Amino acid sequence: MSAPSKESVAFAPPAVAAIGRRAALSDPKRLFVVGLVVAACVIPLLTRSFVTFQLTQVMVYALAILGLNLLTGFNGQFSLGHSAFYGIGAYTAAILMSRWGIPYFWTLPAAGAVCFGVGFLFGLPALRLQGLYLALATFALAIAMPQILKFRPIEGFTGGVQGLFLDKPDPPFGLPISADQWLYYFTLAVLLVMFAGAASLVRSRTGRAIMAIRDNPIAAAAMGINTALYKTLTFGVSALYTGVAGALGAIVVQFVAPDSFSFLLSVSFLVGLVIGGVGSIPGCLVGGLFVLYVPNIAESVSTGLAGAVYGVILLLVIFVMPAGMAGFVRFARARLSRLRRS
Amino acid sequence: MEQLLQQVLAGLATGAIYACMALAVVMIYQAIDHLNFAQGEMAMFSTFIAWQLMRWGQPYWVAFIASVVLSFIGGVAIERVLFRPIHNAPILSQIVAFIALFNILNSSAGQIWDFTIKSFPSPFGHKPFLGEPLIDTHQVGMIGVTLAMLGLLYLFFRGTRLGLAMRAAAANPESARLVGIRVGWMTALGWGMAAAIGAVAGMLIAPVVFLEPNMMLGVLLYGFAGAVLGGMTSPAGAVAGGFLVGVIENLAGTFIPYVGRELNLTIALVLIVAVLMVRPSGIFGRQVVTRV
Repeated sequence: MSAPSKESVAFAPPAVAAIGRRAALSDPKRLFVVGLVVAACVIPLLTRSFVTFQLTQVMVYALAILGLNLLTGFNGQFSLGHSAFYGIGAYTAAILMSRWGIPYFWTLPAAGAVCFGVGFLFGLPALRLQGLYLALATFALAIAMPQILKFRPIEGFTGGVQGLFLDKPDPPFGLPISADQWLYYFTLAVLLVMFAGAASLVRSRTGRAIMAIRDNPIAAAAMGINTALYKTLTFGVSALYTGVAGALGAIVVQFVAPDSFSFLLSVSFLVGLVIGGVGSIPGCLVGGLFVLYVPNIAESVSTGLAGAVYGVILLLVIFVMPAGMAGFVRFARARLSRLRRS
Repeated sequence: MEQLLQQVLAGLATGAIYACMALAVVMIYQAIDHLNFAQGEMAMFSTFIAWQLMRWGQPYWVAFIASVVLSFIGGVAIERVLFRPIHNAPILSQIVAFIALFNILNSSAGQIWDFTIKSFPSPFGHKPFLGEPLIDTHQVGMIGVTLAMLGLLYLFFRGTRLGLAMRAAAANPESARLVGIRVGWMTALGWGMAAAIGAVAGMLIAPVVFLEPNMMLGVLLYGFAGAVLGGMTSPAGAVAGGFLVGVIENLAGTFIPYVGRELNLTIALVLIVAVLMVRPSGIFGRQVVTRV
């Protein structure tokens, strides 16, 4: 069935194709994305290097939250253990760089591959665990992770409690930008590729299968979707995204230590997910911005307050705005268009 | 041999705490089919309340009872204010609400009482029990209090009208409502009791691990492990599971080099995943069958 339709597109008169392209450009959503990318490219040239550094971290968090979102938002599996995958990614990068002197850009695929493997393996028992029990198992994983990283017999690799320090990569080809700016652009490039990948994954046949499992696992299985395979694969891909984010995070902060990958980090991802909107890809960016800046603001009011602020905001979102920022935008747009029509 | 015996006894003593936590977790699970991820933080907060009362010059038992009563009221209030409005919300929202509660309690305890560790007195003292150096009086006290609490709960659920009503509300909410049981309040009561049990657990473990806002994280994990091992549908099973994981933790710590001491939380992780895979209903739980 698909062959004739392909042909008809290929033989479409050029005028129609041009109209199609113009429509695509004037599509407000696409225009917004293009504008955002242009703005993202310009910002580091205008701001101080500390702001650039912070925005790089925002992108790292956004990527990690996207990983969690693929699992929770699109596949309906729950995880409180993504800090563990983030930590594994970060440690993979750090060990490869500091012990074997591998260049930083090669550590990203390595971290992704390792985390995909670990996530896939953890996804196997997770198949038998629904909702609550999966949350419990991943909760246990998150709590156990710092201890595993501190484990004495592997101290030679992981650096034990002290962690590992990394060098900041220099911009290549003698580009006239600072190291912070280069890291920003590097992270931006990775972010764009991975966001585009996630968006097309979700729109594909595979993505529809993944979402069908979320909406009704029994009906999905009855339609011939191999739920076990898709669920474990989604777990793996989700861990891959968060692991790459972890590797980027390690390169950006130039330091890894076991206690930075505690349960609280998982809570941060969860907060970002819920704030940005469960099942919304652009929402992950909002989530990233939120988890970087809001704790800072809360800490400036009173130290140790960040946790309480997180908690109160989480409750507010659950009660007032259950679909997060993305849901709010959708709601506002629907309201606006109704106003315009009347 | 002596070492083995000593470790088993010590394991039973710490297991008593896990058993209390598992009991509290199961109380709430029975009432609303959810794991309370904030259970440990609620217990920690109750313990801080008792500590504060003692700082103000109250004797131990007054502080103890006041803390249990306040925790009961707090538990009921949390159910009424936070979880009642969202009891039909999807599972994600509920788990997020638990995590929110976890965060709020943890960081406000840090705000009020700061993050330094504090010592907490034991009403039983730390003398050798009956002249035996194997186990001290506080450990015996922990085991005794846990078993006494289990006995009281058993009598409450088997012997009183209120206990019967609570069981009915948990087993079949619709039918229970039709015979005039106020199911919502039974759930709140379950929360209150869980909070009170947690308070007792917190005050018993505080002399051992010292009092600080993060003291309950590992304890809660072992409590979950105990509840899962014993069976989420059986309070007595949860208590047995709690004792069992306490013994397992201690034996692994003594007899498995490196792994046992340094990776005790990982042992809990492996235990939870293994039980959930091999026998999700636990040792004493019953299989729950749902219609599709």
